[in-house]
Amino acid sequence: MKITLAQIKKGQKALINDFNVDVIPLKLLEMGCLPGNTVELLQVAPLGDPLYINVNDSHVAIRLETARQIEVEIIKE
Amino acid sequence: MSTSTLKVALIGNPNTGKTSVFNQLTGLNQKVGNYPGITVDKKQGVSKLSPSVKATILDLPGTYSLNASSLDENVVIELLMNKNDKDFPDVAVVVTEVENLKRNLLLFTQIKDLEIPTILVINMSDRMEQKGITLDIPYLEKELKTKIALVSSRKKTGIENLKNLIINYKELSTEPCLNASEIDPDYFNNLRHTFPNQLLYKLWLVITQDVNFGNLHRNEVSIQSFVKSEAELKRLQQKETIKRYQFINDVLKVGYTVNREAATDIRARLDRVLTHKFFGYIIFFGILLLIFQSIFSWSSIPMDFIDESFASLSAYAAENLPPGLLTDLISEGIIPGLGGIIIFIPQIAFLFLFISILEESGYMSRVVFLMDKIMRRFGLSGKSVVPLISGTACAIPAIMAARNIESWKERLITILVTPFTTCSARLPVYAILISLIIPEKHLLGIFNLQGLTLMTLYLLGFGMAIFSAYILNKILKVKGKSYFVIEMPDYKVPLFKNVALNVIEKTKAFVFGAGKIILALSVILWFLGSHGPGGNFKNAEQIIEQELAQNKISGEKEDLVASYKLENSYIGIIGKSIEPVIRPLGYDWKIGIAVVTSFAAREVFVGTLATIYSVGSHSEEETTIKNRMNAEINPITGGKVFNLATGVSLLLFYAFAMQCISTLAITKKETNSWKWPMIQLVFMSGFAYVVSLVAYQILQ
Repeated sequence: MKITLAQIKKGQKALINDFNVDVIPLKLLEMGCLPGNTVELLQVAPLGDPLYINVNDSHVAIRLETARQIEVEIIKE
Repeated sequence: MSTSTLKVALIGNPNTGKTSVFNQLTGLNQKVGNYPGITVDKKQGVSKLSPSVKATILDLPGTYSLNASSLDENVVIELLMNKNDKDFPDVAVVVTEVENLKRNLLLFTQIKDLEIPTILVINMSDRMEQKGITLDIPYLEKELKTKIALVSSRKKTGIENLKNLIINYKELSTEPCLNASEIDPDYFNNLRHTFPNQLLYKLWLVITQDVNFGNLHRNEVSIQSFVKSEAELKRLQQKETIKRYQFINDVLKVGYTVNREAATDIRARLDRVLTHKFFGYIIFFGILLLIFQSIFSWSSIPMDFIDESFASLSAYAAENLPPGLLTDLISEGIIPGLGGIIIFIPQIAFLFLFISILEESGYMSRVVFLMDKIMRRFGLSGKSVVPLISGTACAIPAIMAARNIESWKERLITILVTPFTTCSARLPVYAILISLIIPEKHLLGIFNLQGLTLMTLYLLGFGMAIFSAYILNKILKVKGKSYFVIEMPDYKVPLFKNVALNVIEKTKAFVFGAGKIILALSVILWFLGSHGPGGNFKNAEQIIEQELAQNKISGEKEDLVASYKLENSYIGIIGKSIEPVIRPLGYDWKIGIAVVTSFAAREVFVGTLATIYSVGSHSEEETTIKNRMNAEINPITGGKVFNLATGVSLLLFYAFAMQCISTLAITKKETNSWKWPMIQLVFMSGFAYVVSLVAYQILQ
């Protein structure tokens, strides 16, 4: 089943599978948000958006609409 | 003495402590200027590397990579691409932070591709133990083809080592650390054959960026049909980024080890509280209250002192200097004018102190995170919080702070509505008017009525900003990609030196920037107020004497002459001619002049009235501006000029009107069009006029 970064729960870790390069800002790629890297959802803002993630050891916040474009695979602990 | 001067550029990601390293290297030997034509701060300083070698250190704006997405980042690339630039560095110092080394190295590998001698600074080394990090420096130096300086700008260690590395910059390798052209060998080989004299990476940057770099013109590359579609380019850029990270990961796997057991994670614990759905907001609003408290009440002590000192200085000058035109100019023009500038220092300093602490500590990012969703409902971004808060100091840096909002529409709306927030220049206007019309009483024994009024005005400004944003969001049809990425840096205790230097620099910029205008206007106003055309002004004394003799008027002769002179001076004539427009708002011609001149800078309002009244009154005793205003009598009604109706009308006018010429100028610069500043001017001032009109007509 395909899920996106927007669907994982707080505290869960996932592997980035793929995304549509055209809609993902270059700046996010440069932060390390790239296929093959792991991402952890650290915090969700009080109103459910944005998401505070740790990707490739970079701590960044992105909006849900961006997170929906990133396909991930949950890593079972 | 022949000392050699090296040119050094400090480059690095935001939040790496680059500015701390700069401060350590240069101490107080720094100055802030502007890059020609744009409003990006250019920080330069001089560092004494050894008794015989000095270096000019240029602190470039923070950037995540050489793919520029903002004006600030452009500066970095344009400099590094242009060997003929007078600031082109002999050596590049890339500042990274030990905890985010992986991400920080991305920029480092790009800089290395430019084949400039490069030193790698790994900052915040004092955190290594706490985070369980160990580094294999010799290995890293070998793989990254550089020299490394482990620095702790907090503990002040490693700076001497860095200085030595800079002196010996000729020993540094200029070899790239990886071959990025492997992402598309055919394409890059072709490129290399076509431009054998150019650096491959430079060519690539020129192709992917939208700017010209030095002597290499974009069009030159375009004709060679090397340009690909935007999507293709982006795919290649992604490949490039992956390639670089692969290299970095491989290097760090050996050279960088983290013992997670040893790491204590304060970040997660603090985040849990500071971004909590309830406490997060409580803390944020608590901090806002603290900021306002400091501006309203703590800074009033030094401000009162400054106000009184200048009043006595003015009186002292008038008494002790030989009478004449020059003395008048000094005591009635220059001294009150200077006082009008210096009185702002406490408030500005407090505001920048708080903003600087919030930024340095890493807390500001959490505020952005907390507020983003709420702000988006009004067409703003979480990042608009920073401009809106900075706007309480001054709209100019605030509008510039909107630069890192990625979505053009959100950025434009932020720029347009930021001037509604109450800037510190309006504070003296509010303060003096409130003290004249609102009694100093306490509501329910706790809340100071005057304080509450001030708070209401701030809320009005802020509310209006949000409301206009909401409307603009509905009206504006701006296309553009919307996205939002913000780094959440680790929490740090702000460094005193950084905060102090920042406060000094910002305050200085404000005082000297606005100060020149205020001082010049004070002198012009004084001249216009003490000279007049025709016989009425010259013969004021005889005319008043005559009228006194005929019992047409009564009162102290000196005061009567003074006010008669003022009415017939140039300024009086100008004021009277605009009176019909402002009369319905409850303003007389003196207030009118103050309102008009305050378009140069808000605080000029108080200074103008001070100048006008000190020109108008010849009594020798020292009086503060407030007393003079309070004593003004409306000749028609016989009541005070600054009564409740006029006061409220003025307060509302200042709450909503377009603030000053500088704000318009910065909006023009940042939006690159006259359309938006004109919309601001017409809409804001028109709205202010109507509101003040209604308020005055109801209250009078």
